[in-house]
Amino acid sequence: MSSIAKTRDEIEDEVARMQASRAQAAQSADNANRVSMASAGGYDGDVAGSQSFATSISTMDEDADDDDASNFERASRSTGAVQRLVDSVRLQGEEQDPFADSKKKTIRDRESDYQLQRFNRMISPERADPFAADATPRPHDRTYADVMQDSMVENEQKLVMRKIQQKQREEEEKKKEEEQQQQQQQQQQQQQRQEAQKEQPQATPDSGVTTASTSSGTGMASRWDATPVRPESGSGAGASRWDDEGTPARKKSRWDQTPAAAGTGRRRSRWDETPKDAMGAATAATPNFAAMSTPMAMGMATPTPGQMGAMTPDQRQRVRWEKDMDERNRPLSDEDLDMMLPTEGFKILEPPASYQPIRTPSRRIYSTPTPMSGMAGFSIPLEDKAAKASDLGLPTLADESLPSLKPEDEAHFAKLMQDVDEGQLDADARKERAIMKLLLRIKNGTPPMRKTALRQITDKAREFGPGPLFNQILPLLMSPSLEDQERHFLVKVIDRILYKLDDLVRPYVHKILVVIEPLLIDEDYYARVEGREIISNLAKAAGLASMISVMRPDIDNVDEYVRNITARAFAVVASALGIPSLLPFLKAVCRSKKSWQARHTGIKIVQQIAVLMGCAVLPHLRNLVKIVEHGLQDNEPKVKTITALALAALAESAAPYGIESFDQVLLPLYHGISQQRSKALAAFLKAIGFIIPLMDPDAANYYTREVMGVLIREFQSPDDEMKKIVLKVVKQCCGTDGVDAAYIRDEILPHFFKHFWNVRMSLDRRNYAQLVETTVELANKVGAPEMVSRLVNDLNDENEGYRKMVVDAIDKILRNLGAADIDKELERQLMESMLFAFQEQTTEDDVLLNGFGSVVNALGKRTRDYLPQICGTILWRLNNKSAKVRQQAADLVSRIAVVMNDCGEIKLMNNLGVVLYEYLGEEYPEVLGSILGALKSLVNVIGMERMQPPVKDLLPRLTPILKNRHEKVQENCIDLVGRIADRGPEYVSPKEWMRICFELLELLKAHKKAIRRATVNTFGYIAKAIGPQDVLATLLNNLKVQERQLRVCTTVAIAIVAETCSPFTVLPGLMNEYRVPELNVQNGVLKSLSFLFEYIGEMGKDYIYAVTPLLQDALMDRDAVHRQTACTAIKHMSLGVYGFGNEDALTHLLNFVWPNIFETSPHVINAVMDAIGGLRVALGPSRILSYTLQGLFHPARKVRQVYWKIYNTLYIGCQDALVAYYPSFDDENKRSYRRRELEYVL
Amino acid sequence: MAESRYNIHSQQEHLQSKYMGTGHADTTKHEWVTNQHRDTYTSMIGHEGLMDYVSIAENESRERTRFNLLQRMISPCGPPVKKADAE
Repeated sequence: MSSIAKTRDEIEDEVARMQASRAQAAQSADNANRVSMASAGGYDGDVAGSQSFATSISTMDEDADDDDASNFERASRSTGAVQRLVDSVRLQGEEQDPFADSKKKTIRDRESDYQLQRFNRMISPERADPFAADATPRPHDRTYADVMQDSMVENEQKLVMRKIQQKQREEEEKKKEEEQQQQQQQQQQQQQRQEAQKEQPQATPDSGVTTASTSSGTGMASRWDATPVRPESGSGAGASRWDDEGTPARKKSRWDQTPAAAGTGRRRSRWDETPKDAMGAATAATPNFAAMSTPMAMGMATPTPGQMGAMTPDQRQRVRWEKDMDERNRPLSDEDLDMMLPTEGFKILEPPASYQPIRTPSRRIYSTPTPMSGMAGFSIPLEDKAAKASDLGLPTLADESLPSLKPEDEAHFAKLMQDVDEGQLDADARKERAIMKLLLRIKNGTPPMRKTALRQITDKAREFGPGPLFNQILPLLMSPSLEDQERHFLVKVIDRILYKLDDLVRPYVHKILVVIEPLLIDEDYYARVEGREIISNLAKAAGLASMISVMRPDIDNVDEYVRNITARAFAVVASALGIPSLLPFLKAVCRSKKSWQARHTGIKIVQQIAVLMGCAVLPHLRNLVKIVEHGLQDNEPKVKTITALALAALAESAAPYGIESFDQVLLPLYHGISQQRSKALAAFLKAIGFIIPLMDPDAANYYTREVMGVLIREFQSPDDEMKKIVLKVVKQCCGTDGVDAAYIRDEILPHFFKHFWNVRMSLDRRNYAQLVETTVELANKVGAPEMVSRLVNDLNDENEGYRKMVVDAIDKILRNLGAADIDKELERQLMESMLFAFQEQTTEDDVLLNGFGSVVNALGKRTRDYLPQICGTILWRLNNKSAKVRQQAADLVSRIAVVMNDCGEIKLMNNLGVVLYEYLGEEYPEVLGSILGALKSLVNVIGMERMQPPVKDLLPRLTPILKNRHEKVQENCIDLVGRIADRGPEYVSPKEWMRICFELLELLKAHKKAIRRATVNTFGYIAKAIGPQDVLATLLNNLKVQERQLRVCTTVAIAIVAETCSPFTVLPGLMNEYRVPELNVQNGVLKSLSFLFEYIGEMGKDYIYAVTPLLQDALMDRDAVHRQTACTAIKHMSLGVYGFGNEDALTHLLNFVWPNIFETSPHVINAVMDAIGGLRVALGPSRILSYTLQGLFHPARKVRQVYWKIYNTLYIGCQDALVAYYPSFDDENKRSYRRRELEYVL
Repeated sequence: MAESRYNIHSQQEHLQSKYMGTGHADTTKHEWVTNQHRDTYTSMIGHEGLMDYVSIAENESRERTRFNLLQRMISPCGPPVKKADAE
């Protein structure tokens, strides 16, 4: 197997050689086991390998010494290795936690710097509700004017801070530069001096830096000449303090806090005070911690002992770990010792009088930062469990019924840890505790606990009032240790209570928004959906006017982050309350003269509305476009860009309608394209790209030509983002009807291939995808040959990633367009290059496999000449060492089998079949599955009789493979076996089929439904082939097993066997089995009957009298499942025999079904109602009505309810037919109840 | 599982209750019979043959009969029985 076989003869030789070598191997294996009398015999050769034994023992001493020495050396070396290992573990241990992967990640851990800015916002205090009935704000309420003023001051302050920072930075730079110059001068002087007194070493008196630099030799001057690298802001570890502050609001300095608070004394409340605690210092070190800048509802004011909540995750981790160790290493108590030591033979000695136990309170306090013990300085450990836990620093709750508390929760739930008498608390405190308990249950409790707590908090929402609720929920949501699930529950709480509170939430809208808005930019899709839902509910509860007045101050915030999430929130409000209601506001904002930020946000809102609502913007398209259009001429470049992006989003949502709305922006966009550069240009191009597909063909053609100049110019842009946009626009432009093929071929393609089809583009995943997409779109216009001929040479490129991209494009083009227009020469080139690319691949994935498959299938019969070569490659790769290669080769066989058959290459296929058969001993399940799949596709196209290897050899090889537990193997194997059982059962002996039957039972356990279904069907085929008796016996035995899934599948199999071999062959045995006094078996039989009657339909009329006694017995059984299953069987049976005159038997059965109508178990009652429904169809409604009339006016309500339910089903099913069967009534009390029209006689 | 079954059940009941003519445990005889009458008239109007039969018996034109039947549907059994009446 040194070279790849190329011709048919070579392949046959190859196959023959392979078979021979296998036979030989088997033979030699056989020989090796025998040992001839005279020879020494290869004892244990296979155990120890052939070379590892010394055949003689050396007698030379020095050799032995030598050995000792080397042994010793080896030993010491090996201990060194152990040491190294230990060291490495120890080193690692300090830096990384080996369990880090398995730990739950908090939301905070995965957020980007941008998203983390949410911690910098403040949960703002309540605001006055101007829409309330008594609209006069109370003196301490914050009104709209207050808020606007505050936000203005804040913005101004931020701007000033930025300016100050910039100035400081500049000064710093200046200073640095000066210093450097000085140093440079000094250096030069030194050098001069050095040159003057060459031999004398000299010490520099200056700073450490200069010392180091001078001592390191002569090359120094050049180092100083280079511009000093100043750490850029955002460049990571080396960033200085000042740089850090360059990014706004990342660090919370004193100045960043709202100044208004200090002035009024309202905001500067107890929250700002640093908690007095040892841990407090640690907190202060981490500057942007939410707890410090946001007013916690309860946390900081209460002197929580350890301030667990105020620690960084790292610290918390460490403390938790320490506690864990402490708990394990805690001193043994007397009880512990009593338990461990035998009671007899030991005496407990009194400690000597002089003994003083070592008590180091300081250390105790340190290791157990529980406040209770900490405040006292020292406490005698109590013996009860709770005290022990608290001694170890684990938070404990006074109330035992509450779920356990995590250390991080301590800050929030501190009050629950104190044991107080609730009766003595005032109403507010009691309320607070109640809410806290409910929240804790929701956050940490078990599902049932959570459910009841959620219901309670919802029911009592109005009673608690919005203030106390939100004051607790919102800080919890801002907690940095929050996990996804916890957040989900808390958000759910808000959602539920919003409904209840309704307009009471108005003062808290901004508070809630601050916490919920960040969900809108979460990376998790469901978080975004949740956030949207909350905001839209909030909007519905609070109303548009208060939403606008609350969010208005954020619109021109200096902070881009705040503006971004506010825009998104506004879009959600628009979708909740309707776009028209928001239009006047948007119009005003987008024209704001005061600040460009407001205009920017306004336009961004429009963009987000388009993204969020899709085609729902269509009715308001003209208005929306009108609102943003002036942004294209704005002075601020950012506003221009966002306007173009908003137009792009609008056009995308409106497609394919609404071009007339964009008329007035076409010209500005077009002019913009020739004026703008870089980012703005990209946005403008994007807008044009989305608008062109909406145009009619002529206009599209015109604009495409106009834009193309710029596009082609930008083809060479090095910017990745620009490339992607350009590609997208090219795709959109060329996809329209108006652009003709000749234009694309002559004007676009040359540049397109020159700039885009290169190795660089294949490196980035998204570029790659966009390029392939655009290429396919272009190919749709210019045709496959044009494109393929340009691409085909690149298949021989030396870069594999690039080759894959080419294959991917060719694959998609040929799948779309077929290969009918590809000429002989191109076809040859294509096949050869494909083969080259296929053989040269080093990492096997689906791209090349799919590509090769589509090329072969597209060419169809024209592949004939290349098939030997392809098969040679497959054979060669099937023998490869790497499992992936083998798997891919087998997969390729299944893709091209149909084409090979079309080409009439039966011989080649047989060769492949034989080789695949040889490889059935494959170890890797993935590969084995593919090989089985390949064999299956070969069998499918060749047919049973012509298959090589013959089916009678193939099937016995498959029997043991059925035992394989791997899903892919199972599925392919059962498919193949089922195929053979279906089409060619006569090639295999019945005995073999029986053996397979037994193996199949195991397959019923498979998790995958497709496998179970294939198995059950195979039973049918086998039963058809060898007669049902043996198969049935096997299956009936299987009814005795415990597992439900197995029994269910078995009953289905029995029903299928009965269906394929006609029921009379199976029913006697099946009914006989019902006599086995075992619940599972009897139920299995009933279930089989149910499936059986479902499958055979009207054939059931011949068997109904046979099974009636059995069903009658089952319907009288004590076991509810018996009755249930029998009812299901009756349903199927009665529906099958409708109209065949079996009413007598069915009426008989109805008499046994009817008493079950009062069942309460849902499964049973459903089955009973179904059976009655089936019988209604078969017997007609009159019979059922006459049964029903008995109970419609029964004195007991329970009875009436059931009867009316049956009556309703009956009535809806046969309303018209019932007219004839209603009982006749006499008139009473002057009411005419007789239906006189029915008494007419002619 | 069981719960969802229950739900399906209650859904079914809810669905049925939306149809005119269905009943429940508190349906009175008067309501029930009224519905029967209306169904009967509907059936007569709907079936060609029955329509002919009734119009011959009443000696009216088909259209007049149809109109009469529709009129009779308004209150086929007279005014509803008062609570005291029924008990």
